[in-house]
Amino acid sequence: MIDSLAHLMDGFGAALTPGNLLFAALGVLLGTAIGVLPGIGPAMAVALLLPVTYAFDPTGAFIMFAGIYFGAMFGGSTTSILLNTPGESAAVVAAIEGNPMAKSGRAAQALATAAIGHFVGGFLGVCGLVLLAPLVASVAVDIGAPDYFAIMVLAFVAVTSVLGSSRIRGFASLALGLTIGLVGLDPISGQPRLTFGVPQLADGIDVVIVAVGLFAVGEALWVAAHLRRTQQEVIPVGRPWLSKADLKRTWKPWLRGPFIGFPFGSIPAGGAEIPTFLSYVTERRLSKHKDEFGTGAIEGVAGPESAASASSAGTMSTMLTLGLPTTAIAAVMLAAFQQFGIQPGPLLFQSEPDLVWTLIASLFIGLVLLLVLNLPLAPVWATLLRIPRPYLYAGILFFACVGAYAVSGQPVDILVLLVIGAIGFLMRRFGLPVLPAILGVILGPDAELQLRRSLQIADGDVSTLFSTPLAIGVYTVIALLLLFPLIRRALPTRPAAARPGSDEATTKDDELG
Amino acid sequence: MTVLEERPDQASSDQEGPWYRRYSELGVSLLLFVVGLLVIVDTTLESGSGGNSDPLGPHAVAFVVGGALVLLAVLLTVDVLRGGHGEAEAGEDIDLSTPPDLRTVGMLAGILVATAVLIPLLGWPIAGTVLFWGATYSLGSRTVVRDLVIAAGVSLVTWVLFDALLGVDLPGGPLMGLFG
Repeated sequence: MIDSLAHLMDGFGAALTPGNLLFAALGVLLGTAIGVLPGIGPAMAVALLLPVTYAFDPTGAFIMFAGIYFGAMFGGSTTSILLNTPGESAAVVAAIEGNPMAKSGRAAQALATAAIGHFVGGFLGVCGLVLLAPLVASVAVDIGAPDYFAIMVLAFVAVTSVLGSSRIRGFASLALGLTIGLVGLDPISGQPRLTFGVPQLADGIDVVIVAVGLFAVGEALWVAAHLRRTQQEVIPVGRPWLSKADLKRTWKPWLRGPFIGFPFGSIPAGGAEIPTFLSYVTERRLSKHKDEFGTGAIEGVAGPESAASASSAGTMSTMLTLGLPTTAIAAVMLAAFQQFGIQPGPLLFQSEPDLVWTLIASLFIGLVLLLVLNLPLAPVWATLLRIPRPYLYAGILFFACVGAYAVSGQPVDILVLLVIGAIGFLMRRFGLPVLPAILGVILGPDAELQLRRSLQIADGDVSTLFSTPLAIGVYTVIALLLLFPLIRRALPTRPAAARPGSDEATTKDDELG
Repeated sequence: MTVLEERPDQASSDQEGPWYRRYSELGVSLLLFVVGLLVIVDTTLESGSGGNSDPLGPHAVAFVVGGALVLLAVLLTVDVLRGGHGEAEAGEDIDLSTPPDLRTVGMLAGILVATAVLIPLLGWPIAGTVLFWGATYSLGSRTVVRDLVIAAGVSLVTWVLFDALLGVDLPGGPLMGLFG
């Protein structure tokens, strides 16, 4: 604890150099700008910005990524509030109350609530990270290969069964990702797998190309097939501000959000989607202004936005301590870490404490910059929504090609990018979720390594996989997740859970107000 | 490359039309099946199984993944024939009420191929201009001169930024050779 604080102070010392501050500011600005652009979610933002960081040292690069992460999350909410068409799942809830607020002339208040919510949520979330991450890392140092394998299988199963409506399609996506991850020389035996004698495939398909292909090219092609020909109306905004009455209604939701967001962000359950929804339902239940919900209740923006931001911090802490990405954006960031030859995981806190703590300190700095820069800049961001769509998607394809080419300087990589993009297109067309695929590509090879390592140590005895309490516990959770639909079918049916937008009259008065 | 060939027959709106349109999702089953088969064949053709130091060997996991793909292809087929279907992804700029515009998608794919061919021949600034301009044209922009100026500008600035400032090696091509 005291140790952590001392480390954190050192981290601030390292992060607060003019150069690093510049990186953080640049990251926040780029992240917000790209996140605001319609059609570009945070994961695509990070994937497209990967090549920009090749020239930096790891510290500078990750400071920038931290800024991009929070910036892009906030940018997504801005789009959601001003256009009412969320580009990614985390921002869906922001549109429910945020857009009606904007329509009734309170766009500035909605954006201010979102920005401050992101700051508060992120701040508390990162505090949670500072407290818990070293603890988790120190426990995780002792867990062995069988446990790791079990946890990775859990990540696969959880992400695939929690998200989306169809498990078959989720697992199909995962299997395609695992297949892409298999391509190349087997790291243990050096045997070629799925290379078909093509020398360029021997090194495998670079994760950056897969990420850019699935997120950027796949999305651009998909939008091109269904491009909306009429421009949507963008609601004009002034400088965001909040009145005293607004503040009175928002401070509690801001503070409650992180307690829902952080835990859900740190487990592989789809990132911000579930916690923002839960926070919304909670705020509606606790609000004194229930009648305003659905027509622009400020609490419905404050809570979920704070929860979303805290869930990013939770995601970061799982990625740093276990090397386990729980969202698409964390998966892309993990790829970025690997690009720099750094393997996140419990050992990272011992082997690279300077890097880790500088990164954590820069998360705080990024949040402050986010607030300071984005409140006054909101009107500027709003104008970005008017960018002509041909330029927007041409730009996405252009930078996707720059990113793919920059990986190894081979034009053939652009063809690989196109093939992966075509897979991304098909996935969007036929409702296959993208996250399981990217997780399969990034975690698949690691999971195989852990599996084979376990069996190596145990001389091929399969029972080693179930030899520790942790592994048994994890497999139990996996079994429950897989069997959940059967269990639910066996239970007596209850009326459908409350959904946002439906008018669920709650009779109970709030206890906390 | 199997993936690219899937494209023509999955143009559809889902509920009406001839059977191959209604069941266009079976194309995904086919894709999964073919990829799965490919993985299994590739795995069984390669020699070398587990040894003492590596009981599982390099092919066991690949074999399982291939098998899973084939199994999922079967399950998906059953699901589709029973009337299940995946929901197409919505988004800010997406209008799902129109039939998919595969001509634009095809043109964009062609432009990406052209870019891959042009980079070693003409360098990034020119190939990038072709890429950006071609994409804007395919996406329906008809202000040709303005688009060309923007395309050339974006391409040149990117090249200078990455090649000179960020140290990411992008070939300048013959045109930039003139400047040194």
